[in-house]
Amino acid sequence: MNPSLFVAQRITAFVLAFAVTIHLATILYAAQRGLTAGHILQRTHGNVAFFALYVIFVIAASIHAPIGLRAILREWLGWWGRRVDVSLVAFAAVLLTLGLRAAFAVFVA
Amino acid sequence: MKWPASSVRSQRQPGFVAAIIHRLSGLALTIFLPAHFLALGTALSGAGSFERFMNVTDNPVIKALEVGLVTSLAVHLACGVRILTIEFLSLRERTAVTVAVCFAFALACGLLFLLNVQIGAS
Repeated sequence: MNPSLFVAQRITAFVLAFAVTIHLATILYAAQRGLTAGHILQRTHGNVAFFALYVIFVIAASIHAPIGLRAILREWLGWWGRRVDVSLVAFAAVLLTLGLRAAFAVFVA
Repeated sequence: MKWPASSVRSQRQPGFVAAIIHRLSGLALTIFLPAHFLALGTALSGAGSFERFMNVTDNPVIKALEVGLVTSLAVHLACGVRILTIEFLSLRERTAVTVAVCFAFALACGLLFLLNVQIGAS
């Protein structure tokens, strides 16, 4: 793997380790009360701490996932090169856009 | 094709199994993420449309998929933390034990989610 991608993968993994732990604990706790839209929005609406956490989460995941996918495509399918890299950058942009939109949606709804 | 004996042996090693599970769970989460973001994004059209979407997903097949996703998230987290620990803290590990702990943690999270969903629904 390209050294800069390796570093990006590890830095985002470190960030995600904290973010996913909080997210997982929240899911397990929230499921007890029933996973309804009302309960979810009650927790996230206007909650700046949750919004900040999910913005960081989305940015890290948008970098981490395409780099991992790149390794899988390269090693398991033999797909590599400029076209694959450009597609993965586009995928990262889609993830980032949709993710930030989702974080904003549950913050303002 | 006949695999060399050493290759077959290495594929039965816990570290190899953990690496495969780590990759497959990451792939599952990567496929799921855009759909998850789109679902949460429905809240932009108001709490009502988000509620309608949540009602559509309230069926046993989706619940089973959710248990799988929570388990995937937990196993990817645990295997990822294991890798970070090995690489950055230079810890020598007993691979079989740490991999078993990672899988047990993921399974416990999946079962706890399933139990809590049942409690939440009742």
